[in-house]
Amino acid sequence: MIPADTALERVTQVPGIKGSLLISGSDGLVVAERLMDGIDGRAIAALAASLVQRLDRATNGAGMRAPTFVHLRGTGGSVLAAPGRGDLVLVAVATVDANLGLARVKMLDAVSQLA
Amino acid sequence: MRALEPWVAAPLQTFIDESSARLILLMTTSGQVVAQHGFSRSVEVMTAAALGAAIVASTEELARVMGTQRFAALVHGGNRLSCMLSSFGTPRGRWIGLVVFGSETSVGIVQLFFDQMVEELVIAAPKEQPQRQPLPETFEDELNASLKELFGR
Repeated sequence: MIPADTALERVTQVPGIKGSLLISGSDGLVVAERLMDGIDGRAIAALAASLVQRLDRATNGAGMRAPTFVHLRGTGGSVLAAPGRGDLVLVAVATVDANLGLARVKMLDAVSQLA
Repeated sequence: MRALEPWVAAPLQTFIDESSARLILLMTTSGQVVAQHGFSRSVEVMTAAALGAAIVASTEELARVMGTQRFAALVHGGNRLSCMLSSFGTPRGRWIGLVVFGSETSVGIVQLFFDQMVEELVIAAPKEQPQRQPLPETFEDELNASLKELFGR
């Protein structure tokens, strides 16, 4: 088991990751964050939680299991989300040239070890 | 959605669309309704406005007693429905927003787009204050007209 700060630190060490947050999936509120200046953690938390919740409903509706990892790719970068145990979701904001494979591994590892 | 002042309508409609809130009430700190969405009976609006204004007044007094600044928002989380109360400054004085939302949205989304609506309201508010007359002769007619505007009947 690792504390939230350690999980966020591991994720933000990945090249191209601009910040990471631990959020409450049902409320869309920030639990812990490690973000570069200029990134609105509150907005990311609210919107990422909504996205994960809707994807969860969609996959349930389609008779599939809930997603274990979400990658939302845009022209200016990506938002990654890894739902954890209970209600927590680990979210990362990445640049276009970020090492997304490494970020994915680190996030899934961190979220599985969260205290 | 119904608003007494037209400049309130656009920011409020955006908030309704983005937040998926079920009921919304914008009012002054004295409980005068400025706009509403989702209510079907005037008595519900009047009751909610009075209770909301009283709760905000209580929390502001609590903040004063505790020697702190006023609370930004008060959220009551429920199993089926939740409620958020927040007071904010506008060029027309302090207003209160009462938002009731269900599990189709979240408190984070509601707070995020509520703050956005407040910013838009502050920009959209006309700079000049309307002339206030203490209870003019046409008060009853104006009150009935306002209720008709809010409920469409």
